[in-house]
Amino acid sequence: MIEFHLDPHSGLAPYLQIVRQVRQALLLGLLSQGDQLPTVKDVVAKVAINPNTVSKAYRELEHLGLAAAKPGVGTFITQSLGQASLADHGPLQAALRDWLEGARAAGLTEPGIEAMFHNTFSENSEEE
Amino acid sequence: MTAVLQAESLTKNYGRRRALVDCTLAIPPGHVVGLVGPNGAGKSTLLKIACGMLAPSTGTIEVLGDRPATGPAQLARVGYVAQDTPTYSNLSVADHLTIGAAMNPRWDATLAKERVDQLDLDPKQKAGKLSGGQRAQLALTMAVAKRPELLILDEPVASLDPLARRSFLRHLMESVADNDTSVILSSHVMSDLERVCDYLVVLESSRVQLAGETEDLLAQHHRIVCTRRNAEDLPQGLEVISAEHTDRQSTFIVRGEPRLRPGDWSAEPLALEDIVLTYMERAADPGRRPTSADPEVGR
Repeated sequence: MIEFHLDPHSGLAPYLQIVRQVRQALLLGLLSQGDQLPTVKDVVAKVAINPNTVSKAYRELEHLGLAAAKPGVGTFITQSLGQASLADHGPLQAALRDWLEGARAAGLTEPGIEAMFHNTFSENSEEE
Repeated sequence: MTAVLQAESLTKNYGRRRALVDCTLAIPPGHVVGLVGPNGAGKSTLLKIACGMLAPSTGTIEVLGDRPATGPAQLARVGYVAQDTPTYSNLSVADHLTIGAAMNPRWDATLAKERVDQLDLDPKQKAGKLSGGQRAQLALTMAVAKRPELLILDEPVASLDPLARRSFLRHLMESVADNDTSVILSSHVMSDLERVCDYLVVLESSRVQLAGETEDLLAQHHRIVCTRRNAEDLPQGLEVISAEHTDRQSTFIVRGEPRLRPGDWSAEPLALEDIVLTYMERAADPGRRPTSADPEVGR
């Protein structure tokens, strides 16, 4: 079983924070197919957050095809994220390392690299 | 679905002092509503009107589809915990539950007993001897065990230490999850409200400044940082809530989707606390209002 936490300063809606934490747990291998997510009541009793937030996060996970609710039992993980965990993405990580080297060679420093990543990332998410 | 609280042009005057002015709200059911504002903004007045302890000077209010406190049936549907979570200091915990059972038609004795056990309260202990946190929990137990459809809590955690506060909110959320209770909760501790509330009403200077689902509010508000320019030069369709300028930079808090051409702008989301503070500052100091455009408040 995993536990959730809430970062009030993330600027991210609380339900999305839970979705993100489930995705991260999947990527890190903390969760896999068949695992049960904590019940809404368990989460709110532990984290002191709104039950609607948890329900909404679980609905979103269902919508994403990552989890399914079994009425009266709970919500379960139905698939592992993208078949592979982060550790299995060696080539992507190598490409990122190359890109970073290129960026530094072009004179970009850390804040510049961060800004470029965030801009490109959010443009890309909007297009999707 | 019937609104949990529907207010039309609600106004309350204490003599010459205006405690609440032209308050119009329609709060849908199934939410944990945070009522936020500084001391004296009208929070307690609004909550007392909602549970029937005060009559409005003008305007109308319906709670769960009925005028507040119109009869035993309506009273049974609303639970109210007043400021500083009052209990009877000379009565024991057990006495409180006995009174609760005698006075509330829908009293859930099992639930009350379970909660007292869970909280490790000694039934023989006088309420006056309990800690602040325990007293707040006892008051919450009394309100929850009457099985209300709406729970109104006036600053329930204001006087509690952080640990007792968190524990109180955990129990409150647990009972919301169990019973589908709607909750209206006033506080000025934003970090607590951010955790538990999915609907927010901002009161300042006796008026509703902002109301809506927290998620919508988060999605609608942005901070735009750009080279110095006037609010009129921002793209159309943005409501400017605040504007600040240095000699070369301008910072705007706006409501609306900023569709900016890439370049010398940056737009970022805001934390709920920043959004709330922006509206409060604007209300407290109308002279700083940045544009002549009529801001739509109280939506």
